Amino acid sequence: MALPAYATTAERVWHHAFRVICGLIFFFLIAPIIVIIPLAFNAEPYFTFTREMLTFDPAGYSMRWFDNLVTSSEWTSSIANSFIISISSTILATALGTLAALGLNRRNMPARAVITAVLISPMIVPLIITAAALFSFFARVGLSQTFPGIILSHVVLGTPFVVLTVTASLAGFDETLIRASQSLGANQSRTFFKVILPLLLPGVISGALFAFVTSLDEVVIVNFMAGPEQTPMTVRMFSGLREEISPTILALASLLVALSIILLTTLELIRRRNERLRGMSPG
Amino acid sequence: MASSTERRGTAAPILAADGTPLKQALRRSQSIERRRALALVAPLLLFILIVFVVPIIAMIWRSVYNPEIREFLPQTASALQDWDGTEVPPEPVFQAMAADMIVGVENRTIGRAAARINREIPGARSTMMRTARQVDEWSAPYREKFIEADEDWTNLEFWRILKRETRLLTPTYYLLALDYEYNAEGEIAPRPEVYQVYKGLFFRTAWMSLLITGLCVLLAYPVSYLLATQPTRTANLLLILVLLPFWTSLLVRTSAWIVLLQQQGVLNDLLVAAGLVDDNGRLRMIYNRTGTIIAMTHILLPFMILPLYSVMKTIPPSYLRAAKSLGAHPFRAWWRVYFPLTLPGLAAGCILVFILAIGYYITPALVGGETGIFISNLIAQNMQGSSAQLKLAAALATILLVAVLLIYWAFNKLVGVDKLKFG
Repeated sequence: MALPAYATTAERVWHHAFRVICGLIFFFLIAPIIVIIPLAFNAEPYFTFTREMLTFDPAGYSMRWFDNLVTSSEWTSSIANSFIISISSTILATALGTLAALGLNRRNMPARAVITAVLISPMIVPLIITAAALFSFFARVGLSQTFPGIILSHVVLGTPFVVLTVTASLAGFDETLIRASQSLGANQSRTFFKVILPLLLPGVISGALFAFVTSLDEVVIVNFMAGPEQTPMTVRMFSGLREEISPTILALASLLVALSIILLTTLELIRRRNERLRGMSPG
Repeated sequence: MASSTERRGTAAPILAADGTPLKQALRRSQSIERRRALALVAPLLLFILIVFVVPIIAMIWRSVYNPEIREFLPQTASALQDWDGTEVPPEPVFQAMAADMIVGVENRTIGRAAARINREIPGARSTMMRTARQVDEWSAPYREKFIEADEDWTNLEFWRILKRETRLLTPTYYLLALDYEYNAEGEIAPRPEVYQVYKGLFFRTAWMSLLITGLCVLLAYPVSYLLATQPTRTANLLLILVLLPFWTSLLVRTSAWIVLLQQQGVLNDLLVAAGLVDDNGRLRMIYNRTGTIIAMTHILLPFMILPLYSVMKTIPPSYLRAAKSLGAHPFRAWWRVYFPLTLPGLAAGCILVFILAIGYYITPALVGGETGIFISNLIAQNMQGSSAQLKLAAALATILLVAVLLIYWAFNKLVGVDKLKFG
């Protein structure tokens, strides 16, 4: 939206004002996330910038909160728990979700609309309701305060994302490729692994990443479901933010920001590869 | 396939390679296909039904299920069915109560029945327990002995409530969830004002979610427009500023706001340093309503920008130029031409943000203080309580669930879920 040469003064003013407004909104979006990173290196146990930090005095900075994070057994075990839970639930959610998406996109799928609605519903129902329902249910079947219970509930939360992303990548799928592969002598499993899966992979991977992040960030359900043995880092952060506030939380938070930057980059690379592949295929 | 239907009605049916009529062969192969498709979906469908749908139905059932009196005082429950509630019940009722009490003492269930009634009439537990300890020494007629032992057995209210609670399904918890209760006459009446919490909280949750949705629209609309009108390369770079918060953990973003907004926090320090605020007059921007609104607007903003952006991207900029060249004022051109075209994205974003907002728990719990909490926070609080509170939590959750599903259904009718896209 470059400004044309014939723009009036009012239009020019508005044009620049508009950009300033947008800049402020972008600042609002990104500043809170950036601010916590330097604060994680604070030498003092405060949540704000000290005078030493502002004058860039090296004494104002330290790695003590990161040290605390990797040496305290409470934090390391809870980080390990988080990864156990989110990796297992991602694997299950990706497998179940991909299969279901493949079925949903078959031409002869009966009751597609209803089944899709049921499969997507965990995404719409507020987390606290899911937590209330699963809390009592898992207590009754003896799965509360166990890893399987938490993992199963996170599979429920993760599958809708996998179903949606895989469905989206199937929408642009050229079915004649399957027939071409079969006519060239490939059997069903070979066709699946050599033709269908590589084309679906971007959708599967982005669905898996969504499921992974959902599980890693999840607080509400684990807060009720996890016993002391399973406490993940999110629950520790949550109770830490409610009670004694220590910059160790900010150290973990900045690591999580780094993780989301990695995830974002991965997704962008997948998207570019996808566009390249699509660009090469005719039509 | 088309040609076979066209030729339907000719004398000889067309046969497939194995000699069966083509229609039959087609039907068979289609039903095999259907079963294959179902087989692929079945694992996830079963999983979601068992681990998600069934627990939710169980929760709804729990919110109305009221088995205690029927279960623990079965004979009394059936004897009370014919009682009209105008005077102290006749001998058969007392006889049934005595029999139930003897069984209850033996099975150690009498305490649970007494606790259940005590919830409706405080003090009833001790009357029941005291009588239950003596009842096995008595013989018919029981009525006088009961009344002799404790005056409270002539209390009509006690019997009326006992009769009311023999119902297997009860609306009690829904009444509580909406700040109503049964009064002494057994009629539904508003609770005393000091106990009225939930209705107000439902309204607060709704209007604060609306406010947050509105703020998100205000902030998302210009940004999405800027993104949609930039060249792809610039837009992709700017999009990172939206996607990074989107992918960052909710807790990280909430703690960032605690860092920024608290009284000894970054923003207050800045204001004091700039001389805008006195050191003793630091602003309270967190642990109240303001904190919840600021933090949640920030957290939910990407959910508004992404659907808006994906719709705006598809609107050709020449439409606006055409409107202007035909003499429309820039504002008129925007309002009459551009804005209507963005409505699908706007509706999708609004519904998404609103549905997410009314179910929020974590952020209000951390930054909401007293005045900024949502209904979810009280659901969570009740989930950690007694069995009666668990049932109240189930009722509150069911009301919230119905509200969310209604909004979602209305949205689906108006706009269509398939319009929902991310980027």
